[in-house]
Amino acid sequence: MYEAVIGLEVHVQLSTNSKIFSGSSTAFGAEPNTQASLIDLGMPGVLPVPNAKVFEMAIKFGLAIDAKIEQESIFDRKNYFYPDLPKGYQISQFEKPIVGPGRVTIMLDNGTTKTINITRAHLEEDAGKSVHDVFDGMTGIDLNRAGTPLLEIVSEPELRSAKEAVAYLKVIHSIIRYLDISDGNMAEGSMRCDCNVSIQPKGSDVLGTRTEIKNVNSFRFVEKAIDTEIHRQIEILEDGGRVVQETRLYDPDKDETRPMRSKEEANDYRYFPDPDLLPVVLDSSFIEACNASLPELPATRRARYIAEYGITEYDAGVLVADRDLADYFAEVANISGEGKLAANWVMGSVLAELNQTSKSIIEFPVSAKQLSDLVSRIKDNTLNSKTAKTVFDALLTSDGEVDTIIEQEGLVQMTDTSAIETIVDEVISENSTQATNYRAAPADKRPKMLGFFVGQVMKKSQGKANPQAVNQILASKLAD
Amino acid sequence: MSDITDLSFSELKKALQNKTLSSTETTAAFLDRIESLNPELNAFITITRDEAMQSAKKADTAISDGTATAYTGLPIAHKDLFCTDGVLTTCGSRILSNFVAPYDAHVVSRCKAAGLVSLGKLNMDEFAMGSSNENSYFGPVRNPWDTSRVPGGSSGGSAAAVAANLTPLATATDTGGSIRQPAAFTGTSGLKPTYGRVSRFGMIAYASSLDQGGLIAHTAEDLAHGLGLIAGHDSRDSTSAVQPVPDYTELLNDSLKDKVIGLPRQFFDDRLDTSMHNAMDTVLDVLKSLGATTVDISLDHVAEAIPAYYVIAPAEASSNLSRFDGVRFGARADKPTDLLDLYERSRSEGFGSEVKRRILIGTYALSEGYYDAYYKKAQQIRRLIRDDFNRALASCDLIFGPTTPSTAFIIGEKTSDPVSMYLEDIYTVATNMAGLPGGSFQGPLVSGLPTGYQLTGPNFGESIILNAAHRVQTATDWHRLIPEGL
Amino acid sequence: MSLTSDHVKRVAKLARLGLTDAETAEILAQLNSILNLVDQMQQIDTKNVMPLAHPLELKQTLRADAVTEMDQREKFQNTAPQVNAGLYLVPRVVE
Repeated sequence: MYEAVIGLEVHVQLSTNSKIFSGSSTAFGAEPNTQASLIDLGMPGVLPVPNAKVFEMAIKFGLAIDAKIEQESIFDRKNYFYPDLPKGYQISQFEKPIVGPGRVTIMLDNGTTKTINITRAHLEEDAGKSVHDVFDGMTGIDLNRAGTPLLEIVSEPELRSAKEAVAYLKVIHSIIRYLDISDGNMAEGSMRCDCNVSIQPKGSDVLGTRTEIKNVNSFRFVEKAIDTEIHRQIEILEDGGRVVQETRLYDPDKDETRPMRSKEEANDYRYFPDPDLLPVVLDSSFIEACNASLPELPATRRARYIAEYGITEYDAGVLVADRDLADYFAEVANISGEGKLAANWVMGSVLAELNQTSKSIIEFPVSAKQLSDLVSRIKDNTLNSKTAKTVFDALLTSDGEVDTIIEQEGLVQMTDTSAIETIVDEVISENSTQATNYRAAPADKRPKMLGFFVGQVMKKSQGKANPQAVNQILASKLAD
Repeated sequence: MSDITDLSFSELKKALQNKTLSSTETTAAFLDRIESLNPELNAFITITRDEAMQSAKKADTAISDGTATAYTGLPIAHKDLFCTDGVLTTCGSRILSNFVAPYDAHVVSRCKAAGLVSLGKLNMDEFAMGSSNENSYFGPVRNPWDTSRVPGGSSGGSAAAVAANLTPLATATDTGGSIRQPAAFTGTSGLKPTYGRVSRFGMIAYASSLDQGGLIAHTAEDLAHGLGLIAGHDSRDSTSAVQPVPDYTELLNDSLKDKVIGLPRQFFDDRLDTSMHNAMDTVLDVLKSLGATTVDISLDHVAEAIPAYYVIAPAEASSNLSRFDGVRFGARADKPTDLLDLYERSRSEGFGSEVKRRILIGTYALSEGYYDAYYKKAQQIRRLIRDDFNRALASCDLIFGPTTPSTAFIIGEKTSDPVSMYLEDIYTVATNMAGLPGGSFQGPLVSGLPTGYQLTGPNFGESIILNAAHRVQTATDWHRLIPEGL
Repeated sequence: MSLTSDHVKRVAKLARLGLTDAETAEILAQLNSILNLVDQMQQIDTKNVMPLAHPLELKQTLRADAVTEMDQREKFQNTAPQVNAGLYLVPRVVE
């Protein structure tokens, strides 16, 4: 059968204050062309001057993926005509990019890991935006985005499925968020993905013809676009046809890819070193300073969480993927002193709620302090899992203290032995047949049969009885 | 005293300082002369009389207030590729024939800050591509010495305006000889500074790695004053040098006794016409009489400078000129049917034939499969040329040669054969390839037409060039000759 | 190397220069004579010679990451051929 060969080109907008070659603001959402300076407009006579910050950011990324940092990099011109490209060329890096070969590790569904090699990462300027369907027969051009710094990260074609591609993209997203070099907001276009997809018969080393799907703007669409494209290519080959090398667009509404009209003719970009710019030569101390200011990265943090909080490798992997989520978890674990319990809650109820409401942890209504109080009350037996869930649900909609909610809702766990004993006695007398059977049963069957009585006691106590105490008292009373 | 417009920039400077002249009367005198002679010479594309008279009045106030600089109130005119805020900036092209620049070039703002009065914008070969000024959308400029002849190019308007006393000082640019060749053809002094000496910000680009702003005036002393005004680092131009700016007038009168002049044998071979050769010998005799000694040198790869230049310059130009697409500024084709039509018609209607040729050659040289054979090869040759100069300049202070193979030619003589036009720059192009400073100064007349000799110095050696030229000008009166009949 | 009119058409398309057939023919001859001149370069042995991009071979200086440009849209768009609602207009682009 067929095997997919996928490589991704990820464009990350770097979160600088000003543009890569001009002093214009990069803020998102301004009125059209109000952040387009002489330089961004490509006015006659203007010249570019690079922003130092973009090198710092690119180098941090390079260090984070264990890549070779090039001390000398060169800006080239990529020449083509398009209305959103004011100069008729894009300033990019072609022969000498700032970041050389590196690698990242992705986690696969079966729990194993895979190393994906990154060919290079280079700096370039973003283009403007075209506004269609507003003016009759005309397209409007907004150049606010023109000149926004981009880091283009090019992977080797080592991804074998849409799922692997998404896993890779999530790792890249996680790294740029940890480094805080981009907001990584795919919906606003801060991170965009071009997918190079081809298929080949399994085990074959003859490369298939690849197509490039441009500008896919969410994790979900990346997965769907690649799957759709693989399916399309398989159908073509099965029908005895040939895949055409071309640039395509993914249409999420129809869940299909289609050829891009504007890219129909084969381009010849005529790259050459930009004569308005000189080679960028960075001294080792600059690179060293970038290295010294690197934050803890996902891989390191995962190892630390496993060691520090005693959580599983899988849980640690999920928790550290998102820097903000990892910070949240760590705060809950640190305040409550309960790593495993904190992990269970964050991985369980918190993530479920986030998925359901499509919110990020930053917008989550339950603070780390509140959740750690909840965890502490579970630990000291004030709450059991059932009552804890009630408190958690209350925290989602109100802003109270955990202890206040426990009091108001009367959720304090019944730890008074005599009260539990009373209920246990009632349950045993109401279920005498089961009690007789229990007593007649061999010792190894008994624990399982005990569950029935525990359930009855919990029900009678409205979930407030401490489950451990109930177990103990039941076992001793039924043993008579 | 002679007419105001006969005075050099340095003489006018003294007159304004002595208050024997006001800026208003000076400015008016030049404007009147421009208005009377420009219809014939076509040196100016735009004359900014009102703005000029206003700045002249301000200058006179500043002079009487004591708030003036040493240059306040002196006239200048700018080559029409320096952007001037609120003033038409055409680059000699139809595609910019309606372009009112929204900002000032670095050179222009430096001149404004010094209080200079701009008289207007000077004609030029379209996008600075040409050696005769016949490639201007606004028509050819005529040589004041003989109006049937070209003034040289691309800064033909600058050179003709100075030669005809329409302005005492003009900005100009030089990519392959565009300051020095017209200076030689019009009997003026022209200086192309070291690459990076003058900011290119606001100077509409032809070939970025070769373009350099400079000046044309009557004398080396005038150029020394002018260069001091426009030279210096500008953070808006990445290729601008951080080198400090000396007082270029300081060394003007230094003795030439310990100066060694290098004579490249490639500049004095049989391609040089005899009368030009004789003129050069006459200049050399003056230099020797002033104490300079000469040494024979060789610039082995100078013959390949033109071929390599006609790859590098068009390649850079093909990309630099892509921004002229009819979208954000400049002329747009009427009623485009679609985007491709908008591009293709705006550009083919907007550019003249020489610009089109160079865009096509440059696009071809950069296209897939040809890059190594053309662009890379040309840049390798560029290194060889620069190394030749460095070697030569280790054994001499200045390199001497003719600026042009012959005197100014007749309008139309070379227009049908681009290559013969390109060979006009045979002595000047190598200097740009090496990035070195070069000046052209007046030699003796040949058959009633001016000649120019060229001095090339080491990087940032503008003072050495101006010193030698000034001493020659002190000992001769070639720079005082003026075209008859104007 | 000698060009054909197909070369010229392809290059003109890349450069977005509309040429008539007559212009193409005229330019073809001129370009070939220019290339003939340019080809003199090939006589020089440049093996192991590093290309020289800039005569001074300086290194790039970088600017601090600060917003220094203010909105001048109105002034900049004064010189534009066609604008509406702050946008530059071009014939409809199909992606």
